[in-house]
Parts: sequence; C-alpha cells; structure tokens
Amino acid sequence: MSDEIIDVGTFDPHFCDEIAAEPGGEHIRRCFSCSTCTAGCPVAGATDKYNPRRIIHMALLGMREQVLRSDFVWLCSVCYTCYERCPQDVRIPELMNGIRNIAVREGYIPRAFRLQVEKLRAHGRLYEIEDYENERRAEYGLPPIREDAEEVGWIMDRMGVKGEGG
Amino acid sequence: MTRYALYLGCTVPVRGMNYEMAARLVCRRLGIELVDVEGFSCCGFPARPLNWRAGLLMAARNLALAEAQGLDVLALCSACTETLAEADYHLREDAELRAWANGELAEIGRAYDGGVRVRHFARVLYEEVGVERLREEVTVSLEGFGFASHYGCHYLKPSYLYDGFDDPENPRSLDRLIEATGAHVVRYEDEAQCCGGGVLGFDEETALLVAKQKLDHVTAAGADALVLICPFCAIMYEANQRRIEGLHETEYKLPVLYYPQILGLAMGFSLEEMGIKLNRVKPRGLIRALRGR
Repeated sequence: MSDEIIDVGTFDPHFCDEIAAEPGGEHIRRCFSCSTCTAGCPVAGATDKYNPRRIIHMALLGMREQVLRSDFVWLCSVCYTCYERCPQDVRIPELMNGIRNIAVREGYIPRAFRLQVEKLRAHGRLYEIEDYENERRAEYGLPPIREDAEEVGWIMDRMGVKGEGG
Repeated sequence: MTRYALYLGCTVPVRGMNYEMAARLVCRRLGIELVDVEGFSCCGFPARPLNWRAGLLMAARNLALAEAQGLDVLALCSACTETLAEADYHLREDAELRAWANGELAEIGRAYDGGVRVRHFARVLYEEVGVERLREEVTVSLEGFGFASHYGCHYLKPSYLYDGFDDPENPRSLDRLIEATGAHVVRYEDEAQCCGGGVLGFDEETALLVAKQKLDHVTAAGADALVLICPFCAIMYEANQRRIEGLHETEYKLPVLYYPQILGLAMGFSLEEMGIKLNRVKPRGLIRALRGR
C-alpha cells in the first residue's frame, strides 16, 4: 500500500451496488475480509501485485476509479481456489469478472484481451485454422476443421464487444 | 456404444495435436464414438472477462450445435469444459436468462433447451469406462514409471458444476487413472497449484512464476513426467518450460504428457500413434522402454 493520502470525498458509495448488479458480483457485500482468498491464491503467492481481499475491500469502500483503472482485477487467474474456500460464498473469480466487465464498459481493456477479440472475430477461435494448419493435422491423421467465424462475430457485434479497431 | 460430440476448443487442434491423436485412438478402442460437429467455435472463455453475456452466448451456441445432433459434449480442454458447463448451468437454472439467450440465438437460427451434458474426457474415462476396465485393456504395463499428476483447476472447480464427482481439495480420479497403466503416482508439494495460464496474456512474468513453482516441486520429487489433461496447462509447463529455464537460470527437462498418451502406450499403441513426436521435452525413459512397438 502506498503512503498516498486518500480523499474519501472521491469515493462512490454506489460502487458496490453497481458490482452487485453484474452477473457474478451479487455476493460482494458478504465479504468480511478474512483473507482466506488471498492466503490460498496462486497469483498472490507469486506476486504482491495481486491481492483479492484488498480489491474487494477497496470496492466496498467505493474506490471506483482506483479499482477500475488498476491492473489488478486482470491478474485473477480464475482458478476458483478461493471460490471453493470462501466461508461467505463471495464467488470471487465471478466477482472479479463482473468488475472487469464494468472496467471494459468504461474503456479500460488490456491490450491482450483486445487482441483476443480480434482473433475471435476473424476466426471464431483464438488460433486460426486455415490450409496450413489443416495440412499439418492431416500429416498426423487428424480430420480438417472448417472455421466458422460469422456467428461469433455477430455475437460480438450484438453485445458490443470491441477489439483493436473499436 | 457411447456417443459424444467431441469438443476440441481453440488450443487442442493446433497446439495439442498429440492430445487429440491419443484421445481419439483411445476412445475408439474403448468403444466411445466421438462425433466431429461442424461449426463448433471458441467456447466463450476469452469473451467472459469483457462481456459475460457474450461469453454465455458463445457457449450456448456451441451447446445448441451439440443439442441439434442429440449429443452430449466430451471436451479435452478443462477451461472449455468449465465454460460450457457454466453456461449450461445458468441457462438451465434461470428461465429468464434462457429466454433472453434463445431470443438472441434465434437471430442466427439457433436454440438451446438445456439438454446437453458437458463432460471432461478424463471424467468420462473415470466414471463411464471405469478404472477396472482400463486395467483390463493394459497390455504393456508401465510399472516402474512414476508420474506426477496435475489436475489443473477447471477439471474440478467450481465444484457446483461437477456434481461432486471428485473432491476439488483432495482429488483422486486422475491418480487412479494413472495407476491403471501400471505406473505409480509420485506425490509432490502443493499439488493443487494452478498453472498460471489465466494470466499469461496479461502478465507473462507472473504467469511463468506461478508455473515455475510446480516445475520445481515435481522435479524435486523425482517424477519421470508430469501427466495432465488440459492443453493450456501443457502450454505453461511444456511449451514455456525452456523460457522459464532461461529466465531463472535453471534446468528441468521435465517431460509433460497428456494422460491418454500414457494410457494409449499401456494399451499397446505406438509412440508414433500417441504423437510423442510432438512432445517437446522427450520422455526418454518411456521411449527407451517402448521403442520398436
């Protein structure tokens, strides 16, 4: 934690309502800050950059901008270890996903995720399968796969999911 | 004969062809018919962080394709299994959400009524084929080999999606499957550790640090190989192994094998048939023992 003085006047008291309205964010208010999530978290075990308990605490305080703008919600590896162990059923990976969805709507989208959207739009999948890939598959006796990107692209447009271009 | 729609996802058909080869041959021998469904796309996992409903619709679209053929889904990737099972769960439990999703899917001529069961390949082997039957199929025992098991995360968690078929904190199914080949399971520190794959795209350094911990622990325990059942875990532990070695000035040379590869070898399939050529870190001991088959 930095020594920076935080002005509580900037807090948004409705931030936790906003999170609770997201799919997966419904149980945020149940957190009583026991830190079971952080204690078992594989990412928190590898780096100080990620601390789920701290993020939830900041969200409950209403530190909307700090949470949405920060890198740390993107560091959840979605392993569900905390999901299984949380005594309050806060459903943290789904909660982090809900916060990510809000951050994306505010325009905070890490580049890696934007690139993935581009792949999905172009190929309907993360790794393209064109003639070269199908020739390799044939060498190993595997059947060809035909890409079907059109309907995935339609879903992205319909839900307003933007890639590099957007 | 059991029939399933084979759901390959994004990674397996390009970066896990050895997994796919082994799984197809083993299934055929065991009487599990795998149907390739035209039109399957990404499961929706990478879309969820950006827009949960977009991820849900992508998953529902895949489920709709399987349902139209009257088939349950057998998936090789654990993240695909979890994503499809999660979508199926919500669409089944929440009538309002299902009505919304079907309203959207109707625009592309699809519908999903909640009639598809999603199963991971290893779970099908464990529950439907059974360890006893697998043992009967073994003609080339792998006795003497010790393998460390890596269950990965989404094969077991979140457990509400998986009917409690195995204990997420103390799982057993993959160990029993490994033992069916005649090999023994090597215990190591912190077995439930995640591969870190979920953060690879965002923060490579952190992801590789997470993966490194398991490589350290498995190597210290002296296993002949790490055996796993998810293509993304394999990318972390095998495709990135050299990079982790370089970054941390260490050396593992730890072979990483997909479970059906060792099962298939024990069932008498050749090294070539099991795609061992595509394993970057060669399992030299196994190759020496089985060469010429």
